[in-house]
Amino acid sequence: MRLASSLNPAAAQHGFLSPTGVEIAFLLVGLVTFGAALVTVTTRQLVHAALWLVVALGGLAVEYLLLTAEFIAWVQVLIYVGSVVVLLLFGLMLTKAPIGRSPDADSGNRWAALTVAVAAAVALVWVVVDAFRATWIDLDGPPAGTTRVTGESLFRHWVLPFEALSVLLLAALVGAIVLSRKATADADASGPTAGPTAGAAAGPGATSGPKATADTPVARPGEKEGAR
Amino acid sequence: MHLAYPAVLSALLFCTGLYGVLARRNAILVLMSVELMLNAVNLNLVAFDVWLSRAAQETLHSGQALTLFTIAIAAAEIGIGLAIVLAVYRNRGTSDIDKLRDTAEGPETGGPDSSEAEKAEATA
Repeated sequence: MRLASSLNPAAAQHGFLSPTGVEIAFLLVGLVTFGAALVTVTTRQLVHAALWLVVALGGLAVEYLLLTAEFIAWVQVLIYVGSVVVLLLFGLMLTKAPIGRSPDADSGNRWAALTVAVAAAVALVWVVVDAFRATWIDLDGPPAGTTRVTGESLFRHWVLPFEALSVLLLAALVGAIVLSRKATADADASGPTAGPTAGAAAGPGATSGPKATADTPVARPGEKEGAR
Repeated sequence: MHLAYPAVLSALLFCTGLYGVLARRNAILVLMSVELMLNAVNLNLVAFDVWLSRAAQETLHSGQALTLFTIAIAAAEIGIGLAIVLAVYRNRGTSDIDKLRDTAEGPETGGPDSSEAEKAEATA
Protein backbone atom coordinates (compact mmCIF):
# COMPACT_ATOMS: atom_id res chain seq x y z
CA MET A 1 0.00 0.00 0.00
CA ARG A 2 2.87 2.29 0.73
CA LEU A 3 4.36 1.04 -2.50
CA ALA A 4 1.41 2.31 -4.48
CA SER A 5 1.26 5.57 -2.59
CA SER A 6 4.95 6.25 -3.03
CA LEU A 7 4.83 6.00 -6.79
CA ASN A 8 2.54 8.82 -7.82
CA PRO A 9 3.68 11.64 -5.52
CA ALA A 10 7.24 10.65 -6.25
CA ALA A 11 6.63 11.10 -9.94
CA ALA A 12 5.28 14.54 -9.36
CA GLN A 13 8.29 15.97 -7.61
CA HIS A 14 11.02 14.51 -9.77
CA GLY A 15 11.92 15.25 -13.32
CA PHE A 16 14.27 14.19 -16.02
CA LEU A 17 15.48 17.73 -16.54
CA SER A 18 16.50 18.29 -12.94
CA PRO A 19 18.82 15.45 -12.05
CA THR A 20 20.17 15.25 -8.58
CA GLY A 21 23.87 15.09 -7.78
CA VAL A 22 23.65 11.37 -7.10
CA GLU A 23 22.13 10.82 -10.52
CA ILE A 24 24.87 12.80 -12.23
CA ALA A 25 27.55 10.88 -10.35
CA PHE A 26 25.81 7.60 -11.17
CA LEU A 27 25.66 8.57 -14.84
CA LEU A 28 29.33 9.52 -15.04
CA VAL A 29 30.55 6.41 -13.23
CA GLY A 30 28.16 4.36 -15.34
CA LEU A 31 29.67 5.77 -18.52
CA VAL A 32 33.15 4.86 -17.30
CA THR A 33 31.97 1.38 -16.35
CA PHE A 34 30.24 0.77 -19.66
CA GLY A 35 33.23 2.07 -21.61
CA ALA A 36 35.60 -0.17 -19.68
CA ALA A 37 33.31 -3.13 -20.29
CA LEU A 38 33.26 -2.35 -24.01
CA VAL A 39 37.05 -2.19 -24.12
CA THR A 40 37.20 -5.45 -22.17
CA VAL A 41 35.23 -7.33 -24.78
CA THR A 42 36.79 -5.67 -27.82
CA THR A 43 40.50 -5.23 -27.11
CA ARG A 44 42.95 -7.51 -28.81
CA GLN A 45 45.47 -7.50 -25.99
CA LEU A 46 44.47 -10.20 -23.57
CA VAL A 47 46.13 -8.80 -20.46
CA HIS A 48 44.64 -5.38 -21.13
CA ALA A 49 41.21 -7.00 -21.22
CA ALA A 50 41.74 -8.27 -17.67
CA LEU A 51 42.96 -4.87 -16.51
CA TRP A 52 39.99 -3.07 -18.07
CA LEU A 53 37.78 -5.58 -16.32
CA VAL A 54 39.21 -4.22 -13.06
CA VAL A 55 38.01 -0.74 -14.07
CA ALA A 56 34.54 -2.04 -14.92
CA LEU A 57 34.17 -4.00 -11.68
CA GLY A 58 35.53 -1.13 -9.59
CA GLY A 59 33.07 1.22 -11.27
CA LEU A 60 30.29 -1.17 -10.34
CA ALA A 61 31.48 -1.07 -6.74
CA VAL A 62 31.16 2.73 -6.83
CA GLU A 63 27.65 2.32 -8.22
CA TYR A 64 26.78 0.09 -5.28
CA LEU A 65 28.08 2.76 -2.94
CA LEU A 66 25.91 5.36 -4.68
CA LEU A 67 22.94 3.03 -4.22
CA THR A 68 23.78 2.92 -0.45
CA ALA A 69 24.63 -0.78 -0.55
CA GLU A 70 28.01 -0.41 1.03
CA PHE A 71 28.55 -3.96 2.22
CA ILE A 72 27.98 -5.29 -1.29
CA ALA A 73 30.39 -2.66 -2.58
CA TRP A 74 33.22 -3.78 -0.35
CA VAL A 75 32.49 -7.44 -1.03
CA GLN A 76 32.66 -6.58 -4.72
CA VAL A 77 36.04 -4.91 -4.28
CA LEU A 78 37.42 -7.75 -2.18
CA ILE A 79 36.20 -10.68 -4.21
CA TYR A 80 36.02 -9.45 -7.79
CA VAL A 81 38.81 -6.92 -7.99
CA GLY A 82 40.90 -8.74 -5.44
CA SER A 83 40.66 -12.36 -6.35
CA VAL A 84 38.70 -13.05 -9.53
CA VAL A 85 40.80 -10.76 -11.70
CA VAL A 86 43.97 -12.16 -10.17
CA LEU A 87 42.71 -15.64 -10.98
CA LEU A 88 42.01 -14.55 -14.55
CA LEU A 89 45.50 -13.08 -14.87
CA PHE A 90 46.97 -16.32 -13.55
CA GLY A 91 44.89 -18.20 -16.09
CA LEU A 92 46.17 -15.99 -18.89
CA MET A 93 49.71 -16.54 -17.67
CA LEU A 94 49.41 -20.31 -17.34
CA THR A 95 47.89 -20.70 -20.79
CA LYS A 96 50.79 -18.71 -22.23
CA ALA A 97 48.63 -15.94 -23.62
CA PRO A 98 50.52 -13.63 -25.96
CA ILE A 99 51.52 -10.34 -24.40
CA GLY A 100 51.10 -8.10 -27.42
CA ARG A 101 48.27 -7.87 -29.88
CA SER A 102 46.76 -11.19 -30.84
CA PRO A 103 44.85 -10.88 -34.10
CA ASP A 104 42.73 -13.96 -33.44
CA ALA A 105 41.19 -12.77 -30.19
CA ASP A 106 37.81 -12.48 -31.88
CA SER A 107 36.24 -15.41 -33.63
CA GLY A 108 34.69 -15.30 -37.05
CA ASN A 109 31.13 -14.81 -35.89
CA ARG A 110 31.67 -11.41 -34.34
CA TRP A 111 29.22 -9.68 -36.66
CA ALA A 112 26.48 -12.13 -35.76
CA ALA A 113 27.40 -11.62 -32.11
CA LEU A 114 27.26 -7.85 -32.57
CA THR A 115 23.83 -8.12 -34.17
CA VAL A 116 22.51 -10.29 -31.36
CA ALA A 117 23.98 -8.04 -28.66
CA VAL A 118 22.68 -4.81 -30.18
CA ALA A 119 19.23 -6.29 -30.72
CA ALA A 120 19.15 -7.55 -27.13
CA ALA A 121 20.37 -4.18 -25.83
CA VAL A 122 17.73 -2.25 -27.76
CA ALA A 123 14.96 -4.58 -26.65
CA LEU A 124 16.02 -4.64 -23.01
CA VAL A 125 16.58 -0.89 -22.73
CA TRP A 126 13.27 -0.15 -24.41
CA VAL A 127 11.34 -2.53 -22.16
CA VAL A 128 13.08 -1.39 -18.98
CA VAL A 129 12.68 2.31 -19.66
CA ASP A 130 9.08 1.84 -20.65
CA ALA A 131 8.34 -0.23 -17.56
CA PHE A 132 10.03 1.94 -14.95
CA ARG A 133 9.41 5.35 -16.43
CA ALA A 134 7.74 6.74 -13.32
CA THR A 135 9.71 4.95 -10.64
CA TRP A 136 12.16 6.66 -8.35
CA ILE A 137 14.48 5.23 -5.74
CA ASP A 138 14.37 7.19 -2.53
CA LEU A 139 17.98 7.37 -1.42
CA ASP A 140 17.39 9.61 1.58
CA GLY A 141 17.13 8.27 5.08
CA PRO A 142 19.14 5.42 6.56
CA PRO A 143 21.16 3.46 4.02
CA ALA A 144 19.58 0.25 2.84
CA GLY A 145 22.69 -1.88 2.70
CA THR A 146 24.86 -1.27 5.70
CA THR A 147 26.70 -4.18 7.22
CA ARG A 148 24.22 -4.26 10.06
CA VAL A 149 21.14 -4.45 7.86
CA THR A 150 22.68 -6.96 5.48
CA GLY A 151 23.97 -9.12 8.31
CA GLU A 152 20.65 -9.14 10.10
CA SER A 153 18.75 -10.16 6.99
CA LEU A 154 21.40 -12.68 6.03
CA PHE A 155 21.61 -14.43 9.38
CA ARG A 156 17.95 -14.12 10.27
CA HIS A 157 16.18 -15.06 7.07
CA TRP A 158 18.85 -16.56 4.84
CA VAL A 159 20.84 -18.80 7.18
CA LEU A 160 20.13 -22.09 5.45
CA PRO A 161 21.09 -20.91 1.93
CA PHE A 162 24.15 -19.29 3.44
CA GLU A 163 25.32 -22.53 5.00
CA ALA A 164 24.53 -24.50 1.87
CA LEU A 165 26.59 -21.98 -0.04
CA SER A 166 29.59 -22.60 2.19
CA VAL A 167 29.34 -26.31 1.42
CA LEU A 168 29.18 -25.47 -2.28
CA LEU A 169 32.26 -23.28 -2.00
CA LEU A 170 34.15 -26.06 -0.26
CA ALA A 171 33.11 -28.52 -2.94
CA ALA A 172 34.21 -26.09 -5.64
CA LEU A 173 37.60 -25.57 -4.03
CA VAL A 174 38.22 -29.28 -3.64
CA GLY A 175 37.01 -29.82 -7.19
CA ALA A 176 39.37 -27.20 -8.58
CA ILE A 177 42.29 -28.75 -6.73
CA VAL A 178 41.40 -32.24 -7.93
CA LEU A 179 40.99 -31.05 -11.52
CA SER A 180 44.36 -29.36 -11.70
CA ARG A 181 46.06 -32.07 -9.67
CA LYS A 182 44.99 -34.90 -11.92
CA ALA A 183 46.38 -33.13 -14.93
CA THR A 184 49.71 -32.59 -13.23
CA ALA A 185 49.90 -36.21 -12.12
CA ASP A 186 49.27 -37.42 -15.64
CA ALA A 187 51.56 -34.99 -17.41
CA ASP A 188 54.16 -34.90 -14.69
CA ALA A 189 57.01 -33.83 -16.93
CA SER A 190 55.24 -30.76 -18.27
CA GLY A 191 57.68 -28.39 -16.65
CA PRO A 192 56.76 -24.83 -15.69
CA THR A 193 53.01 -25.14 -16.02
CA ALA A 194 52.99 -27.88 -13.44
CA GLY A 195 55.02 -25.83 -11.00
CA PRO A 196 52.56 -23.50 -9.23
CA THR A 197 49.67 -25.92 -8.89
CA ALA A 198 51.90 -28.75 -7.78
CA GLY A 199 53.46 -26.47 -5.21
CA ALA A 200 50.07 -25.27 -4.03
CA ALA A 201 48.80 -28.81 -3.75
CA ALA A 202 51.87 -30.08 -1.96
CA GLY A 203 52.18 -27.14 0.43
CA PRO A 204 49.25 -27.82 2.77
CA GLY A 205 49.89 -31.53 2.60
CA ALA A 206 53.43 -31.02 3.76
CA THR A 207 52.43 -28.94 6.75
CA SER A 208 49.91 -31.49 7.99
CA GLY A 209 50.98 -34.58 9.86
CA PRO A 210 51.57 -37.25 7.23
CA LYS A 211 54.34 -36.69 4.77
CA ALA A 212 53.15 -35.52 1.38
CA THR A 213 53.76 -38.61 -0.62
CA ALA A 214 51.97 -39.35 -3.86
CA ASP A 215 49.36 -41.16 -1.82
CA THR A 216 46.14 -39.28 -2.54
CA PRO A 217 44.01 -40.58 0.36
CA VAL A 218 46.65 -39.43 2.81
CA ALA A 219 47.18 -36.05 1.23
CA ARG A 220 43.53 -35.23 0.72
CA PRO A 221 42.63 -34.04 4.26
CA GLY A 222 45.58 -31.71 4.19
CA GLU A 223 44.33 -30.24 0.93
CA LYS A 224 40.96 -29.51 2.39
CA GLU A 225 42.55 -27.76 5.31
CA GLY A 226 44.58 -25.63 2.99
CA ALA A 227 41.59 -24.90 0.81
CA ARG A 228 39.73 -23.38 3.70
CA MET B 1 17.38 8.48 -8.22
CA HIS B 2 15.43 7.38 -11.23
CA LEU B 3 15.24 3.61 -11.33
CA ALA B 4 15.94 3.65 -15.06
CA TYR B 5 19.58 4.63 -14.54
CA PRO B 6 20.76 1.40 -12.86
CA ALA B 7 18.35 -0.70 -14.89
CA VAL B 8 19.61 0.66 -18.22
CA LEU B 9 23.24 0.39 -17.14
CA SER B 10 22.63 -3.19 -16.10
CA ALA B 11 20.99 -4.02 -19.44
CA LEU B 12 23.87 -2.46 -21.37
CA LEU B 13 26.48 -4.31 -19.32
CA PHE B 14 24.61 -7.56 -19.81
CA CYS B 15 24.56 -7.09 -23.57
CA THR B 16 28.25 -6.21 -23.56
CA GLY B 17 28.93 -9.47 -21.79
CA LEU B 18 26.66 -11.26 -24.26
CA TYR B 19 28.68 -9.89 -27.15
CA GLY B 20 31.90 -10.98 -25.45
CA VAL B 21 30.64 -14.51 -24.85
CA LEU B 22 29.56 -14.86 -28.46
CA ALA B 23 32.46 -13.13 -30.17
CA ARG B 24 35.54 -14.03 -28.16
CA ARG B 25 37.74 -16.95 -29.10
CA ASN B 26 39.94 -17.38 -26.04
CA ALA B 27 38.20 -19.31 -23.27
CA ILE B 28 39.50 -17.01 -20.54
CA LEU B 29 38.08 -13.96 -22.33
CA VAL B 30 34.75 -15.78 -22.49
CA LEU B 31 34.96 -16.27 -18.72
CA MET B 32 35.60 -12.52 -18.30
CA SER B 33 32.48 -11.79 -20.33
CA VAL B 34 30.50 -14.18 -18.15
CA GLU B 35 31.70 -12.19 -15.15
CA LEU B 36 30.40 -9.01 -16.78
CA MET B 37 26.98 -10.59 -17.27
CA LEU B 38 26.87 -11.76 -13.66
CA ASN B 39 27.77 -8.27 -12.48
CA ALA B 40 24.99 -6.77 -14.55
CA VAL B 41 22.54 -9.06 -12.80
CA ASN B 42 24.03 -8.06 -9.44
CA LEU B 43 23.52 -4.38 -10.18
CA ASN B 44 19.90 -5.06 -11.04
CA LEU B 45 19.38 -7.00 -7.83
CA VAL B 46 20.92 -4.28 -5.68
CA ALA B 47 19.00 -1.45 -7.35
CA PHE B 48 15.64 -3.18 -7.04
CA ASP B 49 16.39 -4.20 -3.48
CA VAL B 50 17.11 -0.60 -2.51
CA TRP B 51 13.94 0.53 -4.26
CA LEU B 52 11.79 -2.12 -2.58
CA SER B 53 13.30 -1.59 0.84
CA ARG B 54 12.07 2.00 0.60
CA ALA B 55 8.71 1.26 -0.92
CA ALA B 56 7.70 -1.65 1.29
CA GLN B 57 7.62 -1.78 5.05
CA GLU B 58 8.70 -5.36 5.54
CA THR B 59 11.53 -6.61 3.41
CA LEU B 60 13.82 -9.57 3.63
CA HIS B 61 16.57 -7.77 1.69
CA SER B 62 16.43 -10.69 -0.68
CA GLY B 63 18.11 -8.70 -3.42
CA GLN B 64 21.24 -8.09 -1.40
CA ALA B 65 21.30 -11.63 -0.05
CA LEU B 66 20.96 -12.96 -3.59
CA THR B 67 23.75 -10.63 -4.71
CA LEU B 68 26.06 -12.05 -2.07
CA PHE B 69 25.13 -15.57 -3.13
CA THR B 70 25.74 -14.68 -6.76
CA ILE B 71 29.16 -13.27 -5.94
CA ALA B 72 30.11 -16.44 -4.05
CA ILE B 73 28.83 -18.69 -6.82
CA ALA B 74 30.69 -16.58 -9.39
CA ALA B 75 33.90 -17.03 -7.42
CA ALA B 76 33.35 -20.81 -7.37
CA GLU B 77 32.50 -20.74 -11.08
CA ILE B 78 35.63 -18.86 -12.05
CA GLY B 79 37.80 -21.27 -10.04
CA ILE B 80 36.29 -24.37 -11.61
CA GLY B 81 36.22 -22.77 -15.04
CA LEU B 82 39.87 -21.82 -14.94
CA ALA B 83 40.82 -25.29 -13.70
CA ILE B 84 38.95 -26.80 -16.65
CA VAL B 85 40.56 -24.34 -19.08
CA LEU B 86 44.00 -25.18 -17.71
CA ALA B 87 43.33 -28.92 -18.01
CA VAL B 88 42.18 -28.44 -21.60
CA TYR B 89 45.25 -26.35 -22.32
CA ARG B 90 47.53 -29.04 -20.94
CA ASN B 91 45.85 -31.71 -23.01
CA ARG B 92 45.46 -29.81 -26.25
CA GLY B 93 47.97 -26.98 -26.15
CA THR B 94 45.30 -24.39 -26.91
CA SER B 95 42.49 -22.61 -25.16
CA ASP B 96 40.71 -21.40 -28.29
CA ILE B 97 37.14 -22.56 -28.11
CA ASP B 98 36.91 -22.60 -31.90
CA LYS B 99 39.36 -25.48 -32.04
CA LEU B 100 37.70 -27.65 -29.43
CA ARG B 101 35.18 -29.30 -31.70
CA ASP B 102 35.24 -32.88 -30.48
CA THR B 103 31.62 -33.01 -29.45
CA ALA B 104 30.45 -31.08 -32.51
CA GLU B 105 27.90 -32.76 -34.70
CA GLY B 106 27.64 -32.07 -38.35
CA PRO B 107 29.26 -32.67 -41.69
CA GLU B 108 32.86 -32.28 -40.61
CA THR B 109 34.23 -35.21 -38.70
CA GLY B 110 37.62 -34.62 -37.21
CA GLY B 111 39.91 -37.03 -39.04
CA PRO B 112 43.33 -36.73 -37.39
CA ASP B 113 41.80 -35.12 -34.35
CA SER B 114 39.61 -38.01 -33.26
CA SER B 115 42.37 -40.25 -31.93
CA GLU B 116 43.78 -37.35 -29.98
CA ALA B 117 40.32 -36.64 -28.61
CA GLU B 118 39.93 -40.20 -27.40
CA LYS B 119 43.31 -40.03 -25.75
CA ALA B 120 42.39 -36.79 -24.05
CA GLU B 121 39.12 -38.28 -22.90
CA ALA B 122 40.95 -41.23 -21.47
CA THR B 123 43.36 -39.06 -19.56
CA ALA B 124 40.86 -36.49 -18.38
